[in-house]
Amino acid sequence: MSASLDKGINALKEQVDSTVAAFFSSCVHCGMCADACLFYTEIGDPTATPINKTEPLRRIWKSEYTLLGRVGKMFGLTAKVDDALLTEWETLVYDNCTLCGRCSMVCPMGIDIALLIRKTREGMAAAGHAPEGLIGATKRAVTIGSPMGVKLPALMAQINHVEKDTGMKIPLDVEGAEYMLLLSSMEIMNFPEFIEATAKIFNKAGVSWTISTEAFEATNSGIQIGVADIAAELVQRIVDAAEKLKVKTVISPECGHAYMAIRWEGPNLVGKPFSFKVRHILEVLDEFRKDGRLKITGKETQRLTYHDPCQISRRGGVIEQPRNLIDMFADNFVEMPDAGKMNWCCGAGGGVSSNERADEVRLKVFQRKKDQLDEIKPDAIISACSNCRIHLEDGLEEYNMDIPLMSLTETLAEHLAD
Amino acid sequence: MSEIEFLSWVRGPGFQIAVIIFIAGVLIRFGEILLLGRKKNLAEAKGSEMSSGLRTIITRSIPDKTTFQRSTFTLVAGYIFHIGIFVTLFLFAPHILMFKEVIGFGWPSIPTPIIDATAVVTIIALLAVLAHRMSNTVLKFLSTKEDYLVWLVTILPLITGYIAFHRIGTTAPTLLAIHILSVELLLVIFPFTKLMHSFTVALSRWYNGAISGYRGVES
Repeated sequence: MSASLDKGINALKEQVDSTVAAFFSSCVHCGMCADACLFYTEIGDPTATPINKTEPLRRIWKSEYTLLGRVGKMFGLTAKVDDALLTEWETLVYDNCTLCGRCSMVCPMGIDIALLIRKTREGMAAAGHAPEGLIGATKRAVTIGSPMGVKLPALMAQINHVEKDTGMKIPLDVEGAEYMLLLSSMEIMNFPEFIEATAKIFNKAGVSWTISTEAFEATNSGIQIGVADIAAELVQRIVDAAEKLKVKTVISPECGHAYMAIRWEGPNLVGKPFSFKVRHILEVLDEFRKDGRLKITGKETQRLTYHDPCQISRRGGVIEQPRNLIDMFADNFVEMPDAGKMNWCCGAGGGVSSNERADEVRLKVFQRKKDQLDEIKPDAIISACSNCRIHLEDGLEEYNMDIPLMSLTETLAEHLAD
Repeated sequence: MSEIEFLSWVRGPGFQIAVIIFIAGVLIRFGEILLLGRKKNLAEAKGSEMSSGLRTIITRSIPDKTTFQRSTFTLVAGYIFHIGIFVTLFLFAPHILMFKEVIGFGWPSIPTPIIDATAVVTIIALLAVLAHRMSNTVLKFLSTKEDYLVWLVTILPLITGYIAFHRIGTTAPTLLAIHILSVELLLVIFPFTKLMHSFTVALSRWYNGAISGYRGVES
């Protein structure tokens, strides 16, 4: 057995707890998870059946944590995890799954299949079976501080632009601020309007906020590739900055997995509860709305819809907030079929967009989103995740659909009364 | 061994052995699962684990509209054979007598012709489930020997019970002995196969609901 395979097997063993055992004990091979997964429905290859993607973890559970499996192992009857299996499973686990969790909502046995796939990735990565693109992004996140290689000078340049264009001051490293805003590299590089929009809203709302120059990156490649140590290190950077600046709330920006990483996995990764709150930008904006801090002018009359980013809605619990906010400025809002917690993934979350090998498949499975959009024919799509947004734009272009994409925060900022 | 001796062995020691393996096996399996434990969630909760978990145990029996449309056959056939097994197993008068002997109390039965019809419908549903498993791309791919074995030991008590009730082929004691034997087979393999889902489904759904509910999502 190679050293890396050994590491992978140990990593898988560490993932097994009572939830994993209860989940695997309950699977009846009904196949309903396949019908819930866009990587099966749009392509039709049964290997993409969600529960099948967990096979490496299932084998470890069976052979190490069940009586029958252990007895079988003595006689060489229980299936083993080897490099051949992990090689075969690499594309299933990383290219054909966005960890969107739709399967987890459909399984009649209540198996949280997405959680099992997330756990399987821990073993795959430890055994050296992660895709190049994700390894690169993770390395850059650790050494440079951003999966896209965005350094502080790049952020400063964008902030200078915003300050020059608007005359607003972007508060940096302000001790005792109420909110500390995180950003995704994607926002810094492709959507600096997000910084401007947030600044405008926060200034109007009259709240104190800041961006830390020591920890501004919200994304976490560690949880996408499945390396808990690295994920914890990236979370710790944010914790250190938030504690240093003594902020009350850390804001996760318009990015799905960043919210999962800092809000739900974060404290568990670093092993202690946070001394501050973590909120998604939409939760913060909805609080402002409730407090009457948002004065809106003008309504959008075009037919708008909202694409629920999986990690924010289904896996994150931020479902009604975007609707409350959109309601403030939209006159003609329409829901996609299956909107909300049962929404279909765009096809590029969970590290799929960082993995060039999956470029073809992510555009193929976009057919599902296309079908959803065809049913309601919106004039524009609002979302709250830069990664969804980039991929939706790619997909719409691929399928020759001319529907503009809007960020919720940015659109809201445009409608703020002076 | 005469047929009466055969029947009394099956009803006596045979049944006791099967029940002991069944109970011990189920307890071992639950021990294996629960003793693994689960780390406390350190993230600030947005909802209750307990109430959401309990809620999901019930609500996961009812699929959402799209899921129903996409998995209609699996859901309909699944419902029919599960309800059918429940009715034939727990509401047939002789079965209730048997339970009363073992656990000390009984409950009302439903008329035998209804049980008879239910058994036929359940057998047909299980045959359809098998045909589906052998023809559907996903199911064919997922299915293991265990899936077929479990299917067989599930349908056997229904078929042997139906034959015994209608006294087809041979004498009543032998037919009854075969029926009980088929149930014993089911009991013995139960804890070590996916049949365990009958019990672990509650646990699994609870965990699913708890994980989601903690984040403020109804699952």
